[in-house]
Amino acid sequence: MCGIVGLFLKDTSLEPELGRLTALMLHEMVGRGPDSAGFAVYDAPLETAKITCLSKTGETDWRALEADLERHLNAGVETAIFEDHAILRTAGNGAEARKRIIETVPDVTVLSVGRAIELFKGVGDPDAVANRFGLEKRAGTHAIAHTRMATESAVVTAGSHPFSTGEDTCLVHNGSLSNHNRLRETLEKHGETFQTENDSEVAAGYLAWRMREGDDLEAAIGHALEDLDGFFTFAIGTRDGFAVVRDPIACKPAVIAETDDWVAMSSEFRAIAKLPGVDHAEIWEPQPAKVYAWERAA
Amino acid sequence: MTISNTTFDLEALSLRGINSALHAAEEGAFTVLNPGGAHALACGLNAPLEVTIKGHTGYYCAGMNKHAAVTIEGNVGTGCGENIMSGTIRVKGDASQSLGATGHGGLIVVEGSASARAGISMKGVDIVVKGDVGHMSAFMAQAGRLVVLGDAGADLGDSIYEAELFVRGKVASLGADCEEKPLGDADKAALGALLEQAGIDADPAAFKRYGSARKLYNFNIDHMDSY
Repeated sequence: MCGIVGLFLKDTSLEPELGRLTALMLHEMVGRGPDSAGFAVYDAPLETAKITCLSKTGETDWRALEADLERHLNAGVETAIFEDHAILRTAGNGAEARKRIIETVPDVTVLSVGRAIELFKGVGDPDAVANRFGLEKRAGTHAIAHTRMATESAVVTAGSHPFSTGEDTCLVHNGSLSNHNRLRETLEKHGETFQTENDSEVAAGYLAWRMREGDDLEAAIGHALEDLDGFFTFAIGTRDGFAVVRDPIACKPAVIAETDDWVAMSSEFRAIAKLPGVDHAEIWEPQPAKVYAWERAA
Repeated sequence: MTISNTTFDLEALSLRGINSALHAAEEGAFTVLNPGGAHALACGLNAPLEVTIKGHTGYYCAGMNKHAAVTIEGNVGTGCGENIMSGTIRVKGDASQSLGATGHGGLIVVEGSASARAGISMKGVDIVVKGDVGHMSAFMAQAGRLVVLGDAGADLGDSIYEAELFVRGKVASLGADCEEKPLGDADKAALGALLEQAGIDADPAAFKRYGSARKLYNFNIDHMDSY
């Protein structure tokens, strides 16, 4: 079991409330996944790249990493540290920065790269994880979050969701994939780099690969329905989009609610029950193997 | 019989407190406010109560019901009416998966649609769904009736034993050992009575009837020598 939530705002005046509402939703899913948690918040895209990193030991020398990246990218890097996480901002190439960190700093997991996304995760009580990284105070356009009950790999911070491998793309997963080892090998041949043994990271890598090949989000998910074997409900975030999909057997629960102001999804309705205006929401259970996607107007 | 109406607000009272009060009651009408998707609400009732829940509920709402009439003015989550023994459950909205799973008796009416595995392993309950049902509905159904006014998803009645299935709309596909059966006058009369009991106005002649081909689950006496 795991709990997943996603909130995609249509009404821009709610953007300062994004973190608070997401934290409310996450709280209701603690019982479904008490061992670890994480969240990704998207805000208006910057001109420059931001890279969210996790220090596995908590003892990473961020200044040394910053200096190395500046030399490697030939661009300035600014680092903001949040406990065992750091967000690096640079006018240099974000994907190149990710590659450099993964190759040269074994102590660091790169959680996300993009212009809009920031991603935090931790082990332990999901509410405490949300508090530690100030979810409640975060503003933004959309967010996805996860409470984990581990089945396929260890309870470590890097194994918590969301997973992001492609630029500004991340996913949370309830379920388990059965062909992730073989698929990981295939994707590595296509140039994807993975940082954990987690099955859900492979799903994130798969989507990143498809989108690099030219698929839009819906097409990438359509391919995923053919190539991923196992159980899944996914909530997926992109720079300006949000999507939900369930496998054809649809054992893993999901509910979507939509008003004029927001789209929300969760494993269970109770996570949606406290959102403003929920009494007027259209509420439905997503059909098996059907892609539901929303995009922000440019 | 109904004397007064007691109201419980789930924002003010605990779930366990409300369920305990319902278990202690021998009769009466009760209204539950602000269910907020809570699980196991009005579960295990064992008296002829009238319970109205104003809003959406979580998993196993009115599970194991005996004698009570429970109305949900909203949607229900997974396993509503699981193992119902008797009484009635009426869902004004939609039902999630595994509606009425293993139900032994009583009646469940869903005014919206029900998703996958509605009536899974049903053992005598009657389930009437005004909208559609999802895939694998009536999987391993053993007894009772599933009536669907809309469409049924893939693999309806897979591995069915002796339950009766009636569908007015399209059936995406029948599961293993489920086949269409003739709809005789006696069947129409019985279905008409069930629809009336469910408070639904529909012509029984517009339905198709499905049941077990009986090839999967028992010995074929003609092949006795080969066993």
